[in-house]
Amino acid sequence: MTTTELWCDRCGESATATAHPACASARQLEPPRFCPRCRRRMKVQVLPVGWAAVCVEHGEIQG
Amino acid sequence: MSEILDQARTQVLGDGVGLDQAGILAVLSLPDEHLPAALQLAHDVRMRWCGPEVEVEGIVSLKTGGCPEDCHFCSQSGLFTSPVRSVWLDIPSLVEAAKQTAATGATEFCIVAAVRGPDARLMKQMREGVAAIKAAVDIQVAASLGMLSKEQVDDLVDMGVHRYNHNLETCKSYFPNVVTTHSWEERWETLRMVRDSGMEVCCGGILGLGETVEQRAEFAAQLAELNPHEVPLNFLNPRPGTPLGDRPVVEGKDALRAIAAFRLAMPRTILRYAGGREITLGDLGTRDGLLGGINAVIVGNYLTTLGRPATADLELLDELKMPVKALSATL
Repeated sequence: MTTTELWCDRCGESATATAHPACASARQLEPPRFCPRCRRRMKVQVLPVGWAAVCVEHGEIQG
Repeated sequence: MSEILDQARTQVLGDGVGLDQAGILAVLSLPDEHLPAALQLAHDVRMRWCGPEVEVEGIVSLKTGGCPEDCHFCSQSGLFTSPVRSVWLDIPSLVEAAKQTAATGATEFCIVAAVRGPDARLMKQMREGVAAIKAAVDIQVAASLGMLSKEQVDDLVDMGVHRYNHNLETCKSYFPNVVTTHSWEERWETLRMVRDSGMEVCCGGILGLGETVEQRAEFAAQLAELNPHEVPLNFLNPRPGTPLGDRPVVEGKDALRAIAAFRLAMPRTILRYAGGREITLGDLGTRDGLLGGINAVIVGNYLTTLGRPATADLELLDELKMPVKALSATL
């Protein structure tokens, strides 16, 4: 986690208050759903290879 | 060997006649010590009646989320508190996804939309998208757009969609526990129209929805009655925010028993590994299934979740000396 990742990108709960091992494990087979910087739900498009997730405030991330 | 496997060796392997519901239940109820024999027999059946080729497919979501239906396993229903938001894929991205899929050696590309049935906007997007794919990529196009009218079936045929997916999801007796916004019979009616149109029928479902073993046998028997060209076999991947979000995943040996049973029910169908195999079976189980009746895979990612890298599956097929079905073999 970096200093800008305040929220868990899977469940949307605080990433600084507690660890999220179950979410981290699940994320190996899931794209992010919440913006880690602002907790907004992102628009996520899964593609055959990779994914793209867009936060209206913080833009697009890809994986 | 057990009595049911002796019967299946003669009836299914020898004569190509699938097991009935009682026989399927007997396979699903086999003790663990008979599982390797069941898988070996299912593999022999697949090799005799389908051959060694494996059909490889990629899928993509054209319209994600915001679905008005309440399929209790689905994170794309707008009726649940799932974190999945509604999003549409534009046509250039759709074509790029088809190119990515073709690059794996896949012969099938299935376009999926989370809808009750397609509206005019979605059908227009499909028409433009399928045309753009066919102009740019050498791959067969399939679709999964929910329940169809006869006119929409005809439109898809006209577009050149060669196969239509519409899963019954589970057996008729358990369906009302999984979906309340439409009926099993409505899904069957779409499948009947697709069959009558000449499109190939793709119909499967999800195991682990809370159905009993008896209902799992009922489901396989109902699929066998439909006799689809392809049966995608999913295992529940419990999604946060859905009514089935807290269900346990199917135990690996039960999943393998189901693979063998479905193959022995439908010796000639394309039996495809679909979603959930990564968490239910892992790498080792994936191999066991391919040696136990499976003869098709979805490679790469799914609609809202991620799969194994396509290269991992392709390397496994190479190791197992199972050739990827060529496009020329599908035309």
